[in-house]
Amino acid sequence: MSAVMKHRLFWPLVVLLALILLNTVSRPSFVRITVHDGRLYGSLIDILRNSAPLMLVALGMTLVIATRGIDLSVGAIMAVSGAVALTIIQDSGDPANPAVLAVAIGTAVGAGLVCGLWNGFLISVLGIQPIIATLVLMLAGRGIALLITGGFITTINSDPYKFMAQGYVLGLPFAFYVSLVAIAIVALIERRTALGMLTEAVGINPEASRLAGVRARGIIWGAYAASGLLAGFAGILYSSNIMAADANAAGLYIELDAILAVVLGGTSLAGGTFSIAGTVVGAFTIQTLKSTITFLGVPPAVTPVFMAAVVVVVVLVQSRRFRRFMGRLPARLRTWTSRTPDGAEAAS
Amino acid sequence: MENALPLVQVTGATVRFQSDTALDDVDFRMFAGEVHSLMGENGAGKSTLIKALTGALPLDAGVITLDGRTVQFATPHDAQLAGISTVYQEIDLLPNLTVAENIALGREPRGRLGSIDWPAMRRLAREALADLGLDIDPASVLATHPLAVQQLVAIARAISTDVKVLVLDEPTSSLDFDEVAELFRVIRELKSRGVAILFVSHFLDQVYEICDRITVLRNGRLVGEYLTTELLRIDLVQKMLGRSAAALAARPRLDGYEDPDPSVTLSARGVTVLPGIADADLDLVEGEVLGVAGLLGSGRSELARALTGVDRLEAGIIRIDGQATRLSSPRRALSVGVVYSSENRRTEGLIGELSVLENITLALQAQRGILRRIRSARQRELAASWVEALDIRPPDIDRPVGTLSGGNQQKVLLARLLALSPRVIVLDEPTRGIDVGAKVEIQNLVGELADTGLSVVFISAELEEVLRVGTRVAILQNGRVVDVLPSDGLTTDSLLALVARPEEDES
Amino acid sequence: MTSTQVAPARESHVVSSRHRFMTRHASWIPVFAAIAILVAMVIGAQIYFDGDFLSPPLISSILLDNSYLLILAVGMTFVILTGGIDLSVGAVMSFTGMFGASLLRDGLPSGVVAPVMLACGALIGLGIGVLVQYFDVQPFIASLAGMFLARGLGFVVSLNSIKVTDSSILWLQRTRWHFGDWYVTATGILALLVVAVGALLLAYTRFGRTIYAVGGNEQSARLMGLPVARTKLLAYVVSGTCAGLAGVVFTAYTGAAYPLNGIGTELDTIAAVVIGGTLLIGGSGFVVGSMIGVFVYGMIKTIINFLGVDQSWTRITIGGLLLLFVVVQRVIVARSARRR
Repeated sequence: MSAVMKHRLFWPLVVLLALILLNTVSRPSFVRITVHDGRLYGSLIDILRNSAPLMLVALGMTLVIATRGIDLSVGAIMAVSGAVALTIIQDSGDPANPAVLAVAIGTAVGAGLVCGLWNGFLISVLGIQPIIATLVLMLAGRGIALLITGGFITTINSDPYKFMAQGYVLGLPFAFYVSLVAIAIVALIERRTALGMLTEAVGINPEASRLAGVRARGIIWGAYAASGLLAGFAGILYSSNIMAADANAAGLYIELDAILAVVLGGTSLAGGTFSIAGTVVGAFTIQTLKSTITFLGVPPAVTPVFMAAVVVVVVLVQSRRFRRFMGRLPARLRTWTSRTPDGAEAAS
Repeated sequence: MENALPLVQVTGATVRFQSDTALDDVDFRMFAGEVHSLMGENGAGKSTLIKALTGALPLDAGVITLDGRTVQFATPHDAQLAGISTVYQEIDLLPNLTVAENIALGREPRGRLGSIDWPAMRRLAREALADLGLDIDPASVLATHPLAVQQLVAIARAISTDVKVLVLDEPTSSLDFDEVAELFRVIRELKSRGVAILFVSHFLDQVYEICDRITVLRNGRLVGEYLTTELLRIDLVQKMLGRSAAALAARPRLDGYEDPDPSVTLSARGVTVLPGIADADLDLVEGEVLGVAGLLGSGRSELARALTGVDRLEAGIIRIDGQATRLSSPRRALSVGVVYSSENRRTEGLIGELSVLENITLALQAQRGILRRIRSARQRELAASWVEALDIRPPDIDRPVGTLSGGNQQKVLLARLLALSPRVIVLDEPTRGIDVGAKVEIQNLVGELADTGLSVVFISAELEEVLRVGTRVAILQNGRVVDVLPSDGLTTDSLLALVARPEEDES
Repeated sequence: MTSTQVAPARESHVVSSRHRFMTRHASWIPVFAAIAILVAMVIGAQIYFDGDFLSPPLISSILLDNSYLLILAVGMTFVILTGGIDLSVGAVMSFTGMFGASLLRDGLPSGVVAPVMLACGALIGLGIGVLVQYFDVQPFIASLAGMFLARGLGFVVSLNSIKVTDSSILWLQRTRWHFGDWYVTATGILALLVVAVGALLLAYTRFGRTIYAVGGNEQSARLMGLPVARTKLLAYVVSGTCAGLAGVVFTAYTGAAYPLNGIGTELDTIAAVVIGGTLLIGGSGFVVGSMIGVFVYGMIKTIINFLGVDQSWTRITIGGLLLLFVVVQRVIVARSARRR
């Protein structure tokens, strides 16, 4: 039992399951899955579907955080990617043509990759702090997206494009498959090559890694590039969901959700050992939390209050000082209670 | 002055860090108007004693009296208020503020409404600086001044209060010759005013020039207190290192370089990385262990880092098998078979949270590149074979390396480097802080490695160990290799004499 | 190297006075750079628009349109000087605006509401400060939590915009004192007052100097016996209070409060502070510089308006300028590190 409890995924899973249980108790329909035209419907399916953009961004964020960094620009990159894709589709005049879609998606994801490479350059080559370097793009990115869309919210009508976020394959949402593929590829690259181990080494002890001959610059650069690329894909999914490129709203605050998902999954913000599975659980937890909040009748706009609470709790649990403070609490209580005769016996 | 009561008296000072005793029942005293030096190798307890004295660290046992009264300092600030000021090696000032603020902040003159009275503050600073014979603009920003001036500003801050005891921790390590002379002038001036000064430095010449009294610590214990005039330099070093003083009278005279051996694997000429080493020459023969002996500050670690591409050379050339090779990074050095184990195992060696397995395979994997991952089975096999070969305990390759004992951590680090099949391995203090059994194991291991044709550079502060392990010994002084001798002809005592001899050639 | 020592060179007074200026005021150079950029932009625009650009009303309007940003920038300067960052300011400004507007709607007098708004901001700032100082939470994460909280609370107050009819709040914005073609509003005066108070606090009080000391080297500041913990905490309280005041000014400016106000304002604020010459690693910078930074921001916005091109260029230009300054800062820091 204790071996199970010590597993790093134990607490993230407990949180997720508790949340699902809470929902199930308060509304049994939560776990109900119905079948229409061979497609599955239900709250859980919605969570699988809606969590896709967050999942992609959080995967990238995991890699970045593992190098002791942070990427604040993912939301802006999503906006850029969505704007690029939809503008290309709109300008083509043939929104259903698969070739057009391929070009649009390719270019959009490429734009995301370029953004990521830019961040990586600033951080790994110029040595600028990650927060600030990605802040630049966070600021300018939405401006660029607005420029691409000409200041409007670009909307399109393209069934194949719509399919990506809203379509079904084998009864499950297509977006979920995108998540799965992304998880699989990231996990494969990190764990089947040496990248994961070397990334952790760089994140935990950059100097020792340098002395061991690890090429830290390339690894850090690569992490930001991956984050940009994944944010590019997330931007496509987001725009496909609403069939519009909204430069201001696309991916707003997603960087925060992603950071939270990573931290909930048990990866420390101080860098180092990371867990892809943990991030996956974390992303599902965030999405479930959002759906719970909505169900509670709270307007979605108020969600941030709950997020703030979660951030504070998670960050405090990770804070060594807070744990020390809490760790000393029982002892303090004991000395306090031991002043009474009953307490003294209980303590011994 | 001898008969006067000491100004500071520390009795039975003991400081423990978990299981380690950093300071064990040490007595220490300082007199007003005297310059006192605290001597000892790394880990002797010098800095622990200083920290206890200046309120940066609490004593676990023992009493400090100042002017006859028992004192206890919760913070360095408390100590300052009581008259004990410290100037640290890494100057603890605020480079972004003005000189005046650095001197007066914390007790700055206030005008009406409680606002800072800048003119008064500058005046106060100018006076404090004038005391030291320093004429600089108090309104200038501290960072615009050279380090020597910053050091003097730190002293100005320290003495602008009612200072009784001034602690100078390695104040001269970044100063040039003239700057040191200027500092000494100030120290003498303060001394004449009756301030007790604690001068800690690893430069023996400076200690002998300025200090009246020397206290020697070794392994956290007091060795003794001596008047400088009554303590020979060789005796001092002997007391610091813990060797008996026998057979020191006849100092062996030895020549410099031997003829370069035909089987030289690595040769260094004129290697310079300031301020640590200047113009160092070294030849490393195949299958030998070259011990490196030198006092603290002689450039031991700097030499190791320069030879292995960790620090870039400012001048000099390194040849490997006769080929000039630019070791521009550790990665480059590793790829030509020159590997380095740092004296700071935790910060510059191991990746604490990763497993023994990952730590052992790290360098090899980094050499192979990201894509050519070593298969898991092969990794385990490799790690397990090293764990067995080096007898790493517990033999659990999945355990985080940070949980191992010091000796086993060092072995893991060695395994990482040996897995690269290197030609030259540079070990900086590989046995520091590990228990005796593991120490002997590592020493024996080094010998075995050399027998297989590997060239080993073995750096240690313990001369006995250097002699035991090394086939030849290189003697470092002031960042220069002054001698390379076969260890057969040396005893610890004769080596000690060589290491401690005063610099003859000041150039 | 030794010229500054015992016997200073007396030969060249011209050189030494320049040297003296450099050693005293080197940290003002980024501010001068910002001023130079501002002047260059004005001159460039003046030439481009054939002298039809610069006018007293235009300059007056830059202060009017950016007074809330100016107030936020002053608070942010305090935090960044300690080496921290406050991402919550935009959300806090928006929330205090919403809260204040709802209180006014419920009939409370503005004399009560405005102080309550400031107190709300201060309280959120205090919370962030406690997380940073006492629980070692990274400033950007702690202020992120503050941002989430304030953003959500704004929506708790109301999902829709609340119109403000209170005459004294509106007076802040509507009343314009004219001096020839120039004019100034109460919000503008308020903002300039905040700049003045901020500058005086930083230059002439122990609190202010401790802010710089903490940003320079926290450990050293502690050794000098300066109240480090209290000062860091207070820096976030100052920033929160400024955000509360910005809430008042912004509400007056727009005549209504809307929960989506101020999204991205924290980034504009940080950009303005950095462009104004404050080092992100802390310890160097001036409130006056941040004011220049805000004016640069305002000028960019105005020029882009004049050009008639898309407003999104504002963000891109600001991002570009921010990058330029950060890279230059990085070079400066790297060079001074090498000198040590």
